[in-house]
This record gives sequence, C-alpha cells and structure tokens, in this order.
Amino acid sequence: MIGGLFIYNHKGEVLISRVYRDDIGRNAVDAFRVNVIHARQQVRSPVTNIARTSFFHVKRSNIWLAAVTKQNVNAAMVFEFLYKMCDVMTAYFGKISEENIKNNFVLIYELLDEILDFGYPQNSETGALKTFITQQGIKSQTKEEQSQITSQVTGQIGWRREGIKYRRNELFLDVLESVNLLMSPQGQVLSAHVSGRVVMKSYLSGMPECKFGMNDKIVIDKQGKGGTTDDSGKSGKQSIAIDDCTFHQCVRLSKFDSERSISFIPPDGDYELMRYRTTKDIILPFRVIPLVREVGRTKLEVKVVIKSNFKPSLLAQKIEVRIPTPLNTSGVQVICMKGKAKYKASENAIVWKIKRMAGMKESQISAEIELLPTNDKKKWARPPISMNFEVPFAPSGLKVRYLKVFESKLNYSDHDVIKWVRYIGRSGIYETRC
Amino acid sequence: MLLSVTGEIFELKAELNNEKKEKRKEAVKKVIAAMTVGKDVSSLFPDVVNCMQTDNLELKKLVYLYLMNYAKSQPDMAIMAVNSFVKDCEDPNPLIRALAVRTMGCIRVDKITEYLCEPLRKCLKDEDPYVRKTAAVCVAKLHDINAQMVEDQGFLDSLRDLIADSNPMVVANAVAALSEISESHPNSNLLDLNPQNINKLLTALNECTEWGQIFILDCLSNYNPKDEREAQSICERVTPRLSHANSAVVLSAVKVLMKFLELLPKDSDYYNTLLKKLSPPLVTLLSGEPEVQYVALRNINLIVQKRPEILKQEIKVFFVKYNDPIYVKLEKLDIMIRLASHANIAQVLAELKEYATEVDVDFVRKAVRAIGRCAIKVEQSAERCVSTLLDLIQTKVNYVVQEAIVVIRDIFRKYPNKYESIIATLCENLDSLDEPDARAAMIWIVGEYAERIDNADELLESFLEGFHDESTQVQLTLLTAIVKLFLKKPSETQELVQQVLSLATQDSDNPDLRDRGYIYWRLLSTDPVTAKEVVLSEKPLISEETDLIEPTLLDELICHIGSLASVYHKPPNAFVEGSHGIHHNCILMLIVYNTGHYCPSGDLLGDLLNLDLGPPVNVPQGSSMQIGAVDLLGGGLDSLLGGDLGGGVGGSPAVGQNFIPSSVPNTFAPSPTPAALSSGLNDLFELSSGMSIATGGYVASKTVSITGHYVHMFYCLYFFCCVFSFGVIPTTPLAMHTPLMPSQSIDISLPLNTIGPVMKMDPLNNLQVAVKNNIDVFYFSTLIPLSVFFVEDGKMERQVFLATWKDIPNENELQYQIKDCHLNADTVSGKLQNNNIYTIAKRNVEGQDMLYQSLKLTNGIWILAELRIQPGNPNYTLSLKCRAPEVSQYVYQMYDAILKN
Repeated sequence: MIGGLFIYNHKGEVLISRVYRDDIGRNAVDAFRVNVIHARQQVRSPVTNIARTSFFHVKRSNIWLAAVTKQNVNAAMVFEFLYKMCDVMTAYFGKISEENIKNNFVLIYELLDEILDFGYPQNSETGALKTFITQQGIKSQTKEEQSQITSQVTGQIGWRREGIKYRRNELFLDVLESVNLLMSPQGQVLSAHVSGRVVMKSYLSGMPECKFGMNDKIVIDKQGKGGTTDDSGKSGKQSIAIDDCTFHQCVRLSKFDSERSISFIPPDGDYELMRYRTTKDIILPFRVIPLVREVGRTKLEVKVVIKSNFKPSLLAQKIEVRIPTPLNTSGVQVICMKGKAKYKASENAIVWKIKRMAGMKESQISAEIELLPTNDKKKWARPPISMNFEVPFAPSGLKVRYLKVFESKLNYSDHDVIKWVRYIGRSGIYETRC
Repeated sequence: MLLSVTGEIFELKAELNNEKKEKRKEAVKKVIAAMTVGKDVSSLFPDVVNCMQTDNLELKKLVYLYLMNYAKSQPDMAIMAVNSFVKDCEDPNPLIRALAVRTMGCIRVDKITEYLCEPLRKCLKDEDPYVRKTAAVCVAKLHDINAQMVEDQGFLDSLRDLIADSNPMVVANAVAALSEISESHPNSNLLDLNPQNINKLLTALNECTEWGQIFILDCLSNYNPKDEREAQSICERVTPRLSHANSAVVLSAVKVLMKFLELLPKDSDYYNTLLKKLSPPLVTLLSGEPEVQYVALRNINLIVQKRPEILKQEIKVFFVKYNDPIYVKLEKLDIMIRLASHANIAQVLAELKEYATEVDVDFVRKAVRAIGRCAIKVEQSAERCVSTLLDLIQTKVNYVVQEAIVVIRDIFRKYPNKYESIIATLCENLDSLDEPDARAAMIWIVGEYAERIDNADELLESFLEGFHDESTQVQLTLLTAIVKLFLKKPSETQELVQQVLSLATQDSDNPDLRDRGYIYWRLLSTDPVTAKEVVLSEKPLISEETDLIEPTLLDELICHIGSLASVYHKPPNAFVEGSHGIHHNCILMLIVYNTGHYCPSGDLLGDLLNLDLGPPVNVPQGSSMQIGAVDLLGGGLDSLLGGDLGGGVGGSPAVGQNFIPSSVPNTFAPSPTPAALSSGLNDLFELSSGMSIATGGYVASKTVSITGHYVHMFYCLYFFCCVFSFGVIPTTPLAMHTPLMPSQSIDISLPLNTIGPVMKMDPLNNLQVAVKNNIDVFYFSTLIPLSVFFVEDGKMERQVFLATWKDIPNENELQYQIKDCHLNADTVSGKLQNNNIYTIAKRNVEGQDMLYQSLKLTNGIWILAELRIQPGNPNYTLSLKCRAPEVSQYVYQMYDAILKN
C-alpha cells in the first residue's frame, strides 16, 4: 500500500510530508527531489523506481504530488487516489497552489489522516468529509449527529447525508461533450470519437431516487420491439450507439448491467453522473481544409479553409484555429475573411480567432511565411493544425429523454422539480494534418 | 526569517508552555511545519505531549501527528501519551475513539503496543462501524510491528469475523488487512476463501466505496473457483464493475475476469460474450488522465499478448496524438505493432510514417523500428515498408538512417533474396553511421551480400582502419563479414582477411574476438570446403515476434493486472523486498539466449563447440602451426598462413593456449571434470558483461545475459548455484526443463539471499555460478557491486561513530582519492544516501567540507568514512576505517562508481 505522500513546490521544497509505513525512510523525500524534480531530462514515466522504492507522481500547475511505496501496490489505485486528493483539496480551499497549500497545511494533514489509513484509501467523498473535517473542532455535535456522520462515512450511501431540505427542488443537467478528430490532409477521418460527460447539480430534499434516460440505442431498440411502432419510428433513427460508459459510484451498476437503466440516489450539489464514449455517426462541427505550399527554401504559403457543418440556426462560439509555423520563421503576413489572426512567435503558430460563426458557412485564411535559411538538415515536422470551438449541441447526437425524481417520504413529486438541461459540444483534440 | 535552529526551538518551547490555549495551538502548528521541512524538533517532545490533554480535536490531531513522527526516537517519553490514548478509546464520540486507535497503531514502540491490545479488542467489537473499520486496519498495523502478538491475542480471528460484518466498509477494510497479513504467511489459509465468504464479499462489492471495491476485487482475484459454474457466477457479478468511473476498479475487475476466463469452456456463449465485454472498458481507460492512461497501456500490452482477440478491432484508439506525453506515445506505439495485421496494415504504416517525422528522438527511433517489425510480421506489407524505410533514409536525418539500416538487416533476414536491390542506396549512407548497432548492421549486410557489391572489399576495408576503436559488436561482425567476403571472392581479398585475422588475434585483448579469430583461421586453414559450409550456411528465418514476454512470466503478470508489477512488466519479487527477515533477497536473473541470427559466430555451428569442450590441452606451438599450414587455395594462402601466422602467433604463448587443435574428436565429448571457465564458455554462451543491477539500494536484481553462440543445438539448463563471500546462496534450486531452441531466449530469475555459508573469495564481490546442462557443467564468475550489500540501517549514532572511529586502530585506515568529481557536498551525501551510505555529520574546516559517513554490510561489518571535499578541487580524499580492512578497496570502488554515475 501507499507508504507515504509528499507534496513539493516547483523548486522541490517539501510542503507536505506524511509517512504511513515504516519501510519508507527519511531519504525517500530527497530521493524523489533529486531524481525526478531536479532531473535534467523530461519526465519519461509517471512511475519511477529509485533504489527499490517506487514513486508515483502527478503535477498540478507547479505543484508535485508524489506517492511512494516499496510494495507491489495497485498502481491504478494510487493514481486515482492522487487525483481524488487533488479534488478534495480543491473542494476545500480552491486552486492547488503553493500559497494555498502552505496556508492550509494543518487541514491537509487532517485530511490525509482521514482519507488514507496505513496507506489504504478510505472514504474520500467531499460531501461526507465536510461534515466532520471542518477545522472547527467537533465539540458541539450531539450524539445523534455523531452517529449520523459515522454511518454516512462508512455507509452504503456515503456520498449523501440525510435531512437535506430545499425550498425549491431544482436540478441542472449539463451534457458536456468533447469531440476529438484526427483528419488526414486529404480529408479522410483517421480517428474520431466523442467523449462525453453528464454533469449534474442537484438541489433536492430528502433522499430522492432518480432515474435517468437517454436515447441509448440498446434501450430504444429494446423498447421498440415491445412498445408502439409509432414511438420507435420516431426515436429509433435518432438513437445513438454508446461504445462504453462509466458511472459515478452512486449509480447502481448491477441494475445498469442487467436492465441498462440508470438509477441512483444523487449526491447533493455538483457531481459527474456519467462519462461515455461514442465513435459512430459523429457530427463533426467543423471541417478544416489545409493547403501548404513550400515556395523555395525560404517561403511557405498556407491557406486554410474552415467549414461549419451544423444547422444554420445554431451559432458556434470561441472558434480558434492554430496553424503551426516552422521554428525558423522570420515573418508572417496573414489575410483572413473573418475574425482576427495573429502570428505568435513565442508559440510558433498563427492563431486565428473568430468569435461566432453560424452553421453551414465557410471562411478562410491565407498566410505567407518567410523563413530564415538554416543549415538544419532535419525537415520541419509539420505539426497538425488544431482547432478549438464550442457549439450548443451534442456532437454525438445524445439526447436526454427523461430524468425522473421520486421521493416517497417527502411530499414533492417529479412534477414539482424544476429541471434544466443544456448541451455543450467542445473541441477535444481536433486536429487536421497538413 | 532565518533563525538558528537552537534559537527557534527555544522560542517554540516557550510558546508551547504558554497559558493561552490558542497560543499553544499556534506553537504546535509551527512545530509541525518545521517537522515537514525536515528540521529536527524531537527535543520538544515533552512540551508537545503536554498539549495532548485537550478537548480541541484539531490540536489533538496535530499532537498525534507529532507523536507518530517522533515516538520511535523517544520511546520512554512516548509512554506518557499512553494514558491519554486509552482514555480516548473510551470516549463517547466515535470519531475520537477511532482517532485514538488509528494513531496508537502508528506508534511503533513496543511498550505502547502492549497497551494497545485491550483498547483494540474493544474497538473491533465497537457498536459504531466507523470505529470497527479503523480497528480492522489497526490490526494490520500491529501485525507489521509485532506479528506474534497479533496471533497470540487472537486478532486474526476477530478480523475474520469482520468479513461477515453488516457494514460494507468494515468488510472491505478487513479484507484489505487480511490480504496484507496473509502475504507474509504464504501458506496459511488466513483469508479462508470459501464459497460462503466469497458470496459475502460479492455482496459488499455492490455497496462499499470505490476503494473498498478495489480491495475486494484484488482479493477475489486470488480465489480459485471450484468449477466453471462458480467461476461464471463470480464473473457475472463482477462484470458490472467494468462501468465504474474509477479506473482502478475497472482494472481490478479486468484482472478477475482475465483470470477466471481460463476456467470457462472456450466454446460457451458466455465465454465469448465476456470477451466482447472486456474491450470497451479498456478503450475507455485511454480517455482518462495521462498517468492512468500509462498504467492502462502497460496492462493492455500484457492483455494483448495474452488474448489478442479482445482488442484486435480497436487499433485506431492506439494511434498517437500529437500532445500525448512521451510515455503514453511510446506505449501506444508498442501496442500498435502488436495489433498490426493484414487488415489494418495500410493505416498503421501511414501513421508510423507520420511519427517518424516527429521531434522526440526515442519516439522516432521506435517508430522506424516499428516499420521494420511490421514488414516482418505482415508479409504482404513488406514491400511497402521497405519503400517507406527508403524514403526515410532519403531524409538523411542521422538517427533515422541508422535505425532504418538496423531494421532493414532484419528484413533481409526474413525475406532473403528479395530486396537486395536497395543495397546501393544503403551503401551511400555508410559514412554517416556512428552508432555500433547501425555500423554492425551495415557491415553484416555488406558481408552477407558481398558477391553482389562490387566494392565490398573497399567498403569493409574502410571500417578496418579504426578497428581497435570499434565496439566489440562491430569488431566481431567485421571479422565475420570479411571472412565471408574472402570465401566468396578469395582471389582479391587475401590481404584483407590476413589483416583482420591478425588484428583480431594478435592486437586484441578481447578473448571473444581472439577466439573467434583463431577459429576462422583454423577453419580456413584446415578445410576450406567445410569453412564455406559453416560460414556461409543457410541461416534460419527470424521469428515474427521478437519481444514477446515469456509465457510463464506473462501468466504471472496477468495475475497482477493493475499493480506495479504490471507497470514494470516484472514479477513483484524483482522489485519488492521479502517482507520478512533481515536478509535482503537478491535475484539473479539469467537471460539465456540462443540466438542464431546476427551473431555471426552463429555460423560456426555446433562442431566448433566440441573443440572447446574437451579439456584444455597445451599444444606445442610448432605442431599447431603445422596443422594450420594446409594448403587452402592452391598455394595462394601459403603466404597468409605460413608466413604471418607462424611468426605472429608463435611468438605469443599465452594465445596459443586457447588454441585447441582440431585433433579433438568431432563428437560431443563432455570432459570428466568440468572445464574451468575460460574461452570454453565464451564459445557456447555469450556472457554479457553489461549486467544491469538496479542502482542504489541494497541487494538488487542482477541480470546476466548469456547468448548462445551456435545455431543447430538445443540444450537445457538445469541448475544454478552460487557461492560467495557474503554467504549468498539461492533460496530455491532452479531447474529449467524446456529445451532452449535456436534464437530463443529465456529469462530465469533465481532469488538469492545471504544466509548461506560464508566463504572468502578473491575478489571479495566475486559471484560464482555453475550452469549445468545436457552438455556439461559450466562455471562462470561475475562481480556484484558491493553496494548491493549495504544495508538500510547503516546509520550510526553520532556518539557511537566517534567512539568506533577512535577504537579502530590507525593502521586500518586507508586513504583513497576520488578523481574528477564535480559535485557539492549535499549532492554527494544525497547520492550516497540513496545507496545506503549515510552521512552522520558534516563539518566545514578551513573551507573544506568534511563528511563523516557510515555504512553496514549484510554480514554486519561496519565501515566508517571521512570524505574531504575542497571547493574547486575535483579530487576528493576518502579515508576509510574498518575492522576488516580488506573490504575498504571495494567500498572505495563503490564510492567512485556512485559518485561518477
């Protein structure tokens, strides 16, 4: 199991050091600094073995988090734990920065004591932790409150406490998708997939039982067989094939496995209900058509056309096209039809920004790149042209069909809950080779 | 705010004894802050413990944190805290009870553990699940401190009872604790996994936290179901976990399923559905954060080797993204090659070509290598691969060209007489090759196809100029290539062959090279027809998959999916110390290769082996020369053999001893007494001297690689045995019953420890190994770096150090110079500390840094050192004092090696 956990600043100074196991000596904390943080080379692996001690690290801005062990631990678990640790810290004091960590070091030690016991991760749900790690002491609690805390921390529904009350029962549901594309210069799709998340904010009283439904092909097909033909005809076309999905721990996985229904008792506040991935019938919101011509040894001509490919009534936002330029670029002249374009020497790229663009439109940019003559034999690697954007629909085609709320003990019904649904499609790694 | 340490401590002391509670709390916070950055605040122990009697939970936790850190160094004072712990274990607040029992388990002081037993017993039966789940882990803590006590007090039974607890988290922690404890008792059936318990675990699996699910799944994977029905029913209940958001839950579930799949009938519907279910979650893991992606990819690499069918459709997800971290890129590339097939080769090749133009050198090299592997794996694509490689060679990027030439040699081996037309292009790049691998590959190509290359002799001659500066690999290849050339074009190349033979036999210190030179010489001189048959024999085709993990290791690693072993692709005992005993385990890993290809001496076949298997015979120089002087080519060689050889070799008797006459019978003739390790072994195996020993640390894994030098023989290795000054012996005898085929390699690991009889060797760190096979017993010896025997508790107390230093007589003090070292004192101590050489004190005398250090060997010998570092002077002075001064020399060598590494 995890033998110790260290947090360093970018210089390698220790901010937090907690040792859980006797086999981790005092020198471990220095070994990581010397061999990884101060190493001249780029990090070649997130797992490092130094003198038979294994170090797992993740980096958040300038901060290094390292877990150390001498045993054959579950490596995936260690990384998941480090991510979780970051989430918990963020939930308590915001951004993970040197200053925040220094100001909250007592709290961090308290958290580390609670969520790792002898190197075994324990309940790390912030909802539960916040009920008893408050930095205030817990003198004022009554006996009932105490046992409520412990039963929640150890219980089946560790993510939600009882007795939550809201005057207005409200639900916010965001379908956030990131669409990833790798396209050849000829416009052939080399790979494309959507990784989506269903993120919720729930402000519901009591212990509500929720059921979430979407246009999952498997469900729709199943219903189509038994249900009315009319219904299946309408939605059958629009159903999507989900390659795989994963759920927040509140979702009853065995029920999903047997009936493919998503039912759960939600945590209070923000959480990520599910993640999914699709690869079939993706709507690619933009198409990039690059044209690069080398004119002699000292000049490049680049023309890039982008075409929007969605309903004309919808508007894409925050569009940014990044066209890489060679390292020996001396000057760039750009002309674009729409938006603003600039050559950024520090980033070795021409950045073309368009605030808004409606569907079924196209726009283009042309640039002349002057190059300094070099002796470098190595050819320019031509990194791909990448794109960023945001569109108000789900590129996978996912639609929320229902989200039902049942709370038998309190007197509010599904109809009383105010529900908000929003779709946002963003670019993930959206690249076209040139 | 730079305070002197003593001044700071003085102030803190005052604040800790302040009347106001708030002030005291602030003071404890400062103490913890100082402790975090590594300052020694142990002298404040009594003052901090005084603050423990408080009802402020935050303060209490801080004091506990301090206690856990320093109790071990102040055991007597730690007792002061016991009372408070025992009282807290009775507190009405379950959070405080749990806190007390949790902290007490972390205090590793014997006297305190005695007091822990009663409270722990109560807490294991506490009404509150939070306390029970904490107590469960506490049993594992106590077991780590005092295993006997845990057994005597019956805590293991209480822990087993907790598996039936109503609370899922208690069950999960009990499982985790029991799993850990049972690791140190491999034979006991501690966990008692019976169908009933399994059922309880599966129920808890649905209800506990994500971490608890991991503990339970990892435990389930150790269970052996009775029959296929039970296996299937467990699989059915584990499959839903594949949709969990936590990737570790998913991987652990995959591990259980991969293991139980073996038990299911291959033709059943369920088996096939299950296989299909495994692929999507594995792909989903790749959309996680890069670190988890890395772990997933390392595991997928194993899964793909075990069951290629699971992911064969998914090659696209392994295409490299421009922004992937380099470690993800390299792993993806590896998996792409494994999944490459006729169906997807066009896409794969297009990708690989793209990668070959990227920036990262390692990645580009691997991509080029991958193209070659595709050519070998998918025959239909070979032509396209070759033309891609030629395109890449045209880029003239140095490392791309070199890598391409190395893989083209492999392609020639796989498809002989097909692509030789490109040799001309390759020859154009001769001058740019500066890496041994590439040079050797090019030389091999020229030698192999000498008859088609008009200027082959000129090309090879150009390499001969700097013969002695070349690496051994290039020298050996060059020797063979020229002999091949000579056999193909005897008339024009006599001088060349003469030159290379004399370079190899007379001017070289390398026994391998000399031996090979003599063998060729001999062969050429006795029987040119046989020489041709031997040297130009047909080579076996190389296999498609060259870097597969050996099947038994693969099976073992599959059982460790998700764990570090699967990330390192090494069995756990290769990087984890045995949890018991003071003896460190050392793993001797023998990698036995029997590679026929590339190793040009492979052309020499088994009959050469016989020559050397006979007992060494001292042959009078003259007679051997006479045998050698057979007219090979109708007088053409007279000048070569008669003149040069007679004069040159005859003058060097040392060389002559290795030269075994061909009168030895041409059958296997194992010698009655084992031949001492001499050139004999060198001909049979290639013993790689580049043994890799995990750096730093105490006993580490040791890799010896042995390369078989001949082609048509199978042989098996039965047994290894080692004797050593430090009493190193293998813990288990090792037998390898499967024969070793040509071009096959087998990794064998042999755990060693230091409990054997001690026998002084010279040199001290000499490791002797005997290898017995169906031919004979072979001995070889190798050196283990002494640092392997530096133990972790080698830090002496300051007082003891002073006393010991005075105590050891001055004549035992030896001085050494470490030259050309440009490190400062702190880096030096850091580096040494990683190797268990501990700095006890540091002084600055007249601008010089004096480091006082201690280390201890596994056999209990202490070595004291004084290292003097003058600023600006790259030479350090090292004085070593030890009661056994004979080890000093080796310790000095280790110092030298560590600091220059």
